[in-house]
Amino acid sequence: MNKNLKLIGDGLVKNNPTFVLLLGMCPTLATTTSAINGMSMGLATLFVLVLSNMAISAISPLVPDKVHIPVYIVVIATFVTLLQFLMQAFTPAMYETLGLFIPLIVVNCIVLGRAEAFANKNGVIASACDGLGVGLGFTLALTVLGLVREILGSGSAFGFNFIGGHDGMLAFVMAPGAFLCLGYLLVLFNKIFKK
Amino acid sequence: MEYFLIIISAIFVNNIVLAQFLGICPFLGVSNKLSTATGMSLAVCFVITLATLVTYLLNMYLLVPLKIEFLQTIAFILVIAALVQMVEIVLKKVSPALYQALGIFLPLITTNCAVLGVAITVVTKEFAFVPGGTLNLAQALVYAVATALGYGLAMIIFAGIREHLALSDVPKAFKGVPIALISVGILALAFMGFSGIV
Repeated sequence: MNKNLKLIGDGLVKNNPTFVLLLGMCPTLATTTSAINGMSMGLATLFVLVLSNMAISAISPLVPDKVHIPVYIVVIATFVTLLQFLMQAFTPAMYETLGLFIPLIVVNCIVLGRAEAFANKNGVIASACDGLGVGLGFTLALTVLGLVREILGSGSAFGFNFIGGHDGMLAFVMAPGAFLCLGYLLVLFNKIFKK
Repeated sequence: MEYFLIIISAIFVNNIVLAQFLGICPFLGVSNKLSTATGMSLAVCFVITLATLVTYLLNMYLLVPLKIEFLQTIAFILVIAALVQMVEIVLKKVSPALYQALGIFLPLITTNCAVLGVAITVVTKEFAFVPGGTLNLAQALVYAVATALGYGLAMIIFAGIREHLALSDVPKAFKGVPIALISVGILALAFMGFSGIV
């Protein structure tokens, strides 16, 4: 049990997919226009990550080595399609907002990366915990980045406006702000955690 | 006229890297040197055009008539993976020089979200300046080529900047990816000047 808890903790800080491994940059930059959007994208990826990790760890002994990548991609794409259906049914507004980046979870290198680096040589439970940890780390990073951009760009946090009569610096909600904020957050992360 | 608008919009206004955030991983990964950046851009251009052609036809003549559009994601990624493999085999046989030049970049393109992104965009997105809203085959191909050119443009500009960055004295915590991201941010700010043209 302790081992599984450690796996979750590792994904959150030591192997944080965004701040340490620098994986999955496209959704990180594109969907973090607000804290809520960033968190939703993180949770959507978490969903696919946990399920695909579990499925891949279960089927990996049966898959011949030569075709393992295409098989993994089909497994991941299946869960992404499932997610698309669920989001269309229960959160249609968020599905519209995140748009193209929901189907693009298929090519998010975090998901295939965890399948390749962890799930195909570990048990189902451990793989689920690993997926949960990395997914939570990704969600955390996206929420933080979304929060910073939302505060700077629209003067609100999680949708609550706290600067009355002020629009904020719009550039931070648009494309340049994404690159700048992530750049400076990485600097901060390097300063604190990598001496 | 709409072809011109598609081209300007795809290269400058909605640049695939600087405005749409697609294909960032290879953008940051291989933009250290101008020569590798050019090679990658060429490979992406080639695959995006080919993949868009095939997935557009697949969608139009197989998925839509059978009413299985929900399989788009799975079908498209399989087509792209197979296509990249095939291009690799053909190039190796037909033009070993080009194959050598593209090297490792070819297999990496399968997981480049720019390719899947463009393939999905041309069959789902509504374009305001195109009559009818959705792209026909010729327009889709023009859009694909222009987008790929935009990718190449951003990549080559950024590789040029990065070659200079490598020589400058940057604070330790900024070294590597952080300063690269901040530079892209400034470049994206410059590209924002194009918005409003189309």
